[in-house]
Amino acid sequence: MILTTVIVLAIIALSSASLLFIISKKFEVREDERIAIIGEVLPQANCGGCGFPGCSAFASACARAQNLDNLYCPVGGAPVMEKVAGIMGFEVSVGDAKIAVVRCNGTCEARPKTSEYTGARNCRIAAGLYAGETDCSYGCLGFADCCVACSFDAIHMNPETGLPEVDEDKCTACGACVKACPKFIIELRKKGPKGKRIFVSCVNEDKGGVARKACSNACIGCSKCFKVCQFEAITMGTNLAYIDSTKCRLCRKCVAECPTGAIHEVHFPPRPVAQSQPQEATPESRS
Amino acid sequence: MIMSPSPHIHSGDRIDKNMYGVLIALLPAFVVMLLQFGWDALRITLIATVASVLAEWLIVRFMLGRKSYILDGSALLTGVLLAFNLPSSLPWWLVVMGAVVAIGIGKMAFGGLGNNIFNPALVGRVFLLISYPAQMTTWSYSGGWIDALAVDASTSATPLGLMKAIIKGAPNASWDAMPSAWDLFLGLNNGSMGEISAIALLIGLAYLLIRRIISWHIPVSILGTVFIVGSLMHLIDPAIYPPATFHLLTGGVLLGSVFMATDYVTSPITARGQIVYGIAIGLLTVAIRLFGSYPEGMSFAILIMNAFTPLINTYFPTKHFGHAPKRKEVKA
Amino acid sequence: MLKTFRIGGVHPPENKLSAGKPIEMFSLPQEVVIPIAQHIGAPATVVVNKGDRVKVGTLIARSSGFVSSQVHASVSGTVSRIEPIRDGSGLKKMAVVIQRDGDEWEEGIDPTDTLVRHIDLTTEQMKERIADRGIVGLGGATFPTHVKLTVMPGNQATHLIVNAAECEPYLTCDDALMCLHPNEIIFGILWTMKIIGVDKALIGIENNKPQAIRTLRNAIEQEKEQIGSASICVVPLKMKYPQGGEKQLIDALIRKQVKPGQLPISEGAVVQNVSTLYAIYQALAKNRPIIDRVVTVTGKEIPEPKNFQVRIGTATRLLVEAVGGLPETSGKVISGGPMMGRTIVTLDAPITKGSSGVLVLPEKESRRNEMRECVRCGKCVSVCPMGLNPAFIMRSTLNKEWEAAEKLYAPDCIECGSCSFTCPSQRPLLDHIRVAKQTVMALARARKK
Repeated sequence: MILTTVIVLAIIALSSASLLFIISKKFEVREDERIAIIGEVLPQANCGGCGFPGCSAFASACARAQNLDNLYCPVGGAPVMEKVAGIMGFEVSVGDAKIAVVRCNGTCEARPKTSEYTGARNCRIAAGLYAGETDCSYGCLGFADCCVACSFDAIHMNPETGLPEVDEDKCTACGACVKACPKFIIELRKKGPKGKRIFVSCVNEDKGGVARKACSNACIGCSKCFKVCQFEAITMGTNLAYIDSTKCRLCRKCVAECPTGAIHEVHFPPRPVAQSQPQEATPESRS
Repeated sequence: MIMSPSPHIHSGDRIDKNMYGVLIALLPAFVVMLLQFGWDALRITLIATVASVLAEWLIVRFMLGRKSYILDGSALLTGVLLAFNLPSSLPWWLVVMGAVVAIGIGKMAFGGLGNNIFNPALVGRVFLLISYPAQMTTWSYSGGWIDALAVDASTSATPLGLMKAIIKGAPNASWDAMPSAWDLFLGLNNGSMGEISAIALLIGLAYLLIRRIISWHIPVSILGTVFIVGSLMHLIDPAIYPPATFHLLTGGVLLGSVFMATDYVTSPITARGQIVYGIAIGLLTVAIRLFGSYPEGMSFAILIMNAFTPLINTYFPTKHFGHAPKRKEVKA
Repeated sequence: MLKTFRIGGVHPPENKLSAGKPIEMFSLPQEVVIPIAQHIGAPATVVVNKGDRVKVGTLIARSSGFVSSQVHASVSGTVSRIEPIRDGSGLKKMAVVIQRDGDEWEEGIDPTDTLVRHIDLTTEQMKERIADRGIVGLGGATFPTHVKLTVMPGNQATHLIVNAAECEPYLTCDDALMCLHPNEIIFGILWTMKIIGVDKALIGIENNKPQAIRTLRNAIEQEKEQIGSASICVVPLKMKYPQGGEKQLIDALIRKQVKPGQLPISEGAVVQNVSTLYAIYQALAKNRPIIDRVVTVTGKEIPEPKNFQVRIGTATRLLVEAVGGLPETSGKVISGGPMMGRTIVTLDAPITKGSSGVLVLPEKESRRNEMRECVRCGKCVSVCPMGLNPAFIMRSTLNKEWEAAEKLYAPDCIECGSCSFTCPSQRPLLDHIRVAKQTVMALARARKK
């Protein structure tokens, strides 16, 4: 009795094993071993920030590529790309670290609501209907499409301001929020040395008076920042200033000039209380 | 100014309106229940509803921590439908257990209303039927408000139980002991409490259709299939297989096709899908009744088809305006 | 048995509060704001300068392509500004602002109401005139009419279908127009039939407008001689929303369903709104561009809802003031009807060619109820006039499954709103279907490139 059982089990085990072996041999997929190796160094976040539908697709693109010029993993950044280049035996060209920046500072206080939206709480749907609950037709709608789009839990609505805020430690500059925003408010900007950066936190193209009436924090296009900038980093669009993050030397002069506080500086030490122009506005050397 | 995308008006239809509409449609059957089973009917219905509503409230409040919609009538309806599917002699603790399983496992475990795969009341009933078969098939009769029960209570058999005995060739079972079709129609027989009276359930169906709470597709396709298949089997061997009217009037066919299979959440969304679903339930019911080991197959048939609902939704899409040219792509 | 379309449909309460009210001439405003993009297609190019004198009917913006339309001055006066203004959506749109100083008409335009029965124009000339006079679909879609009347080679028109269904609740502007100018409409129909080369016209009117049906039938009787061998037929329709949808109306009247992605002409039908046909008559008989239109100003709390004949560019505020001002309790102001109209964010928004009504909803009707989970009751599926599955399309939008949305034919949605109207869980189905529709169409365009 026991013998029969043992024999039967053994036969089943053997035949299954050989079947598995045959099938695995027959249907084996030969792929570039480097794909698996590259896959191991990638963050495996599958965010799509590189432009490929996931890390494995990016890995196989890397394995096929002749150089890494158009391939960049924004999540892993330079360290990961160096490793990938090492595996492939390529030279690495490292871009600057970037971060998502929300260019609207129309807080609930600064930008009073003039209408009430009762449709589905979704920026895209609201943007398809009208300009938004405030008189500013450029600003943040506040329905958090960017937060939903983020795979890294790096952007959240601040209930007090009604604006999204980027968690700098978590943001990988994958660009999902940039694509999700129907108002084109979010921009990927250079993270800057020690996170220091200056940007115009407004995209309102209305004339000064109109913009100011809708939002007290709006850029009114007065050009004061443009005139004070010594590095030609600031350009004036339609009633709107824009700071080129590659040209900005972080001198902070424009920040002090801005009459509405639309230009934001982050991660700078507090200014001296004295009225004099900050002397330490050193144009930091950039690599 | 208030802004919103169109449309700017709403029909005023609400989930709770539909749920309470179904409860109103169940009233005639409830009246027959009270007349036939008396205080037992009231006792079990009350226990089942209170237990269901309480179970949902506790789960939503303390386990999920969400906003509760306890007054939308869906938990109440589950409780009532569960009670309608139980025998009158069931002890109170089994009723409570059935209600907790119905709400807890049948509904809330999937995420609450709208997300459950199986009809919660049937999950509760089938759980009891499989776990406590003895209690669930004891049809003792303790007297109703009117003393009109035609079946000899001491036999403790349902018409379907009797049919099963005949099919299996039990020595002392014969069609003579069966209540007449008229008695079945009015509800003068034994069985699960809510299913006995065909006329009461049909009044409920009419109400649901008039209020447009349900569409005709599911009940009509189930009843039609049962009728056709039942007739065919009767033609094959009239001695063993009962006539189609017997199938329609006994057991849970009417209760199931009007109130259980039409549950919004667990039935297909398209008209074509609903007809396929109804036909399959009808086939399965008759098959289980005539060839299975249980005398009644409605609950199982509905639960089995509940599992197929997502598949039916995919394979039987809506009929597009202008007859969509590429059906194959839809399936891909 | 009255005809109607075969798939889906809903029955919203009619609320035709201004039914039977005659059309009142609205007093000329001091200032008009005329957007240069009042039509679907390329915006027109402004051809006047600040300070220019214009008369009623002076061209102020020239059509900038085939699918585009001319824009004319609706009052006589001086161009005071040419700049972007906030329209009903709060977004900036380029517009010409004219200060009125009288009511002087451009030469060659006949401002009288005498009925003209004969015109000496060839079909080509008629079509040119329609394009030149800036005629667009006045039912609300504002598609340039001359484009719609150009039958592409390979197609043969068999029917002119006149859309007089006016299935939107509250609105009565077409009804009022048909009662007032039936003969003019008949000639508009007759000449349009000549342009597209058909001898059959069907006027689809919902059964709740008995007076319009009567007057139109009388007019057909009166103009028998002119109509001759052609056939113009008034067809009363069973009330059901959205009967006025182009494809639904074709289905109701000639029992043909336009295939997905096809135009009505593929089934031999050319559909025109009844007020567009009136505008065509005005253009051909009187050389009159669209300088005004009939607008229903209505709402449950408006003391006396009315139908006005309003010059294009008049501020919505003036219309609301003319019926007693905005009630304290109002919540929403809608341009158009309650099912498909758009809420407007400012009463300064001008009346445009596409404004069929100004509807004021009380605040208690303005808010949506709280959304619940989808219970898959299938009611949206059963009411969808295009035979779509709104619940599943919304699900794919929420999950960003655009391929699934494409397989569910999201781009076929006509945005009638029947699904959102009927949903017992108050789900904003149409809001999400619009997103799916736009995304899928954008993806399809990208694939073609």
